[in-house]
Amino acid sequence: MQIGVLALQGDFREHRQVLEELGTSTCPVRRPGDLSEVDGLVIPGGESTAISKLLRKWDLFKLIQSQVRGGLPVFGTCAGLILLANELQDGPPTLELLDITVERNSYGRQIESFESRLEVTDELTDEVFHGVFIRAPRVKRVGPGVKVLARYGEDPVLLRQENVLVATFHPELTEEKGIHEYFLREVVGKSSGACYSMGD
Amino acid sequence: MVEKGTFKVKSGLAEMLKGGVIMDVVNAEQARIAEDAGAAAVMALEKVPADIREAGGVARMADPAKVKEIMEEVSIPVMAKSRIGHFVEARILESLGVDYVDESEVLTPADEENHIDKWILDVPVVCGARNLAEAARRIGEGAAMIRTKGEAGTGNVVEAVRHMRRINSEIRKVVNMPEDELMSYAKELGAPRDILRVVAEEGRLPVVNFAAGGIATPADAALMMQLGADGVFVGSGVFKSEDPEPRGKAIVDAVTYHDDPDTLAKISENLGEPMVGINMEDMEEEEFIQSR
Repeated sequence: MQIGVLALQGDFREHRQVLEELGTSTCPVRRPGDLSEVDGLVIPGGESTAISKLLRKWDLFKLIQSQVRGGLPVFGTCAGLILLANELQDGPPTLELLDITVERNSYGRQIESFESRLEVTDELTDEVFHGVFIRAPRVKRVGPGVKVLARYGEDPVLLRQENVLVATFHPELTEEKGIHEYFLREVVGKSSGACYSMGD
Repeated sequence: MVEKGTFKVKSGLAEMLKGGVIMDVVNAEQARIAEDAGAAAVMALEKVPADIREAGGVARMADPAKVKEIMEEVSIPVMAKSRIGHFVEARILESLGVDYVDESEVLTPADEENHIDKWILDVPVVCGARNLAEAARRIGEGAAMIRTKGEAGTGNVVEAVRHMRRINSEIRKVVNMPEDELMSYAKELGAPRDILRVVAEEGRLPVVNFAAGGIATPADAALMMQLGADGVFVGSGVFKSEDPEPRGKAIVDAVTYHDDPDTLAKISENLGEPMVGINMEDMEEEEFIQSR
């Protein structure tokens, strides 16, 4: 099994490090050809405007769209969540792969960035997670097919719609690996493509 | 329990800027061009370093109205410069809500002995460094991001290369050093031992390290990335060139595709004249700002 990490801009190194520490091989995705051998994709934190431009310019935008629609498991954090959302209140074009509406920088500028323990409301695990929110987006609308896995107060912060998992915070910046493990086990592990390649 | 202004969220924003370009801008129009070119952040200034160099005199924090104009124009993070040691300028920038303060040698230092105590601020601060000792001292003072000093406003990358190579070679030395030699090396460098221990364990600085000072072309940016920079600052290099828009875009692409010469060749075509460069040997000693 190999997980591709979109490496156009942002904290892709941290995602790769967490996944490799979990024993999963990873590769950077910068070119359309890089997607041909991956069983899952991570879209990291970074600047959504910059990443959106690079995705379009370097022919990855439509390819990622069609692959994820075809079932490729994907995990997006912060900018990754923004780029996967169906709708932004204001911002660059998105991949429209998850039925949510998002407001960028919703808690304010950097000075309002924060850390907090998170309530987990799902089968995910018994653990309580530590959330690092940096100029974080807020999910303002959750579509009927989307499941909320964790909240900060009232705000949904970890969500899933079939093969798409997203977080408004940065699990890649903490020592806890539970959410990456969940992605590998529940999203990648139970998709048909991955089962095939894991049997290789 | 909610905590703001922690080192984690300060250094975390720098992590998000990695693989990106931070561009100097002096008004909303330039900020718009920078964001459209794919900049990961902008640095709000009254003058770019090349003009500060030319104007001479005392260079200070930008007019808050100018910083606000730029903050209102773009959605990417906005940084602004304070003078070295001028903690009141840093506090003012924090009050404006800028996303990062650059305690910068490009402005005239306000304190020749001390830097700002960055631990007391909620806004993160980036500082310049020429070597591991400077980087470690700044991190010890609470800097959440480091950049090379290079020689700003020259369009000459040679000093940024020197500083990046020096920092990395000193990191390699610390990594290979037995524990019992670390204290005397810390004393020799004038660097906090605790920070050097973290560097030794991790094999790199505990915060993001960008390249800055003299980057003028996509090839310069790619060179700094290949030398180990996490991203680049482009000061005068974009808006003092003949045609800022395509050059800005090309530098953004060059940072992402820094290890691919075919792509670099393609994106370096027809960018117009870069900014005029200055040779170090043509400069008088007092003209160097890196030693501030």
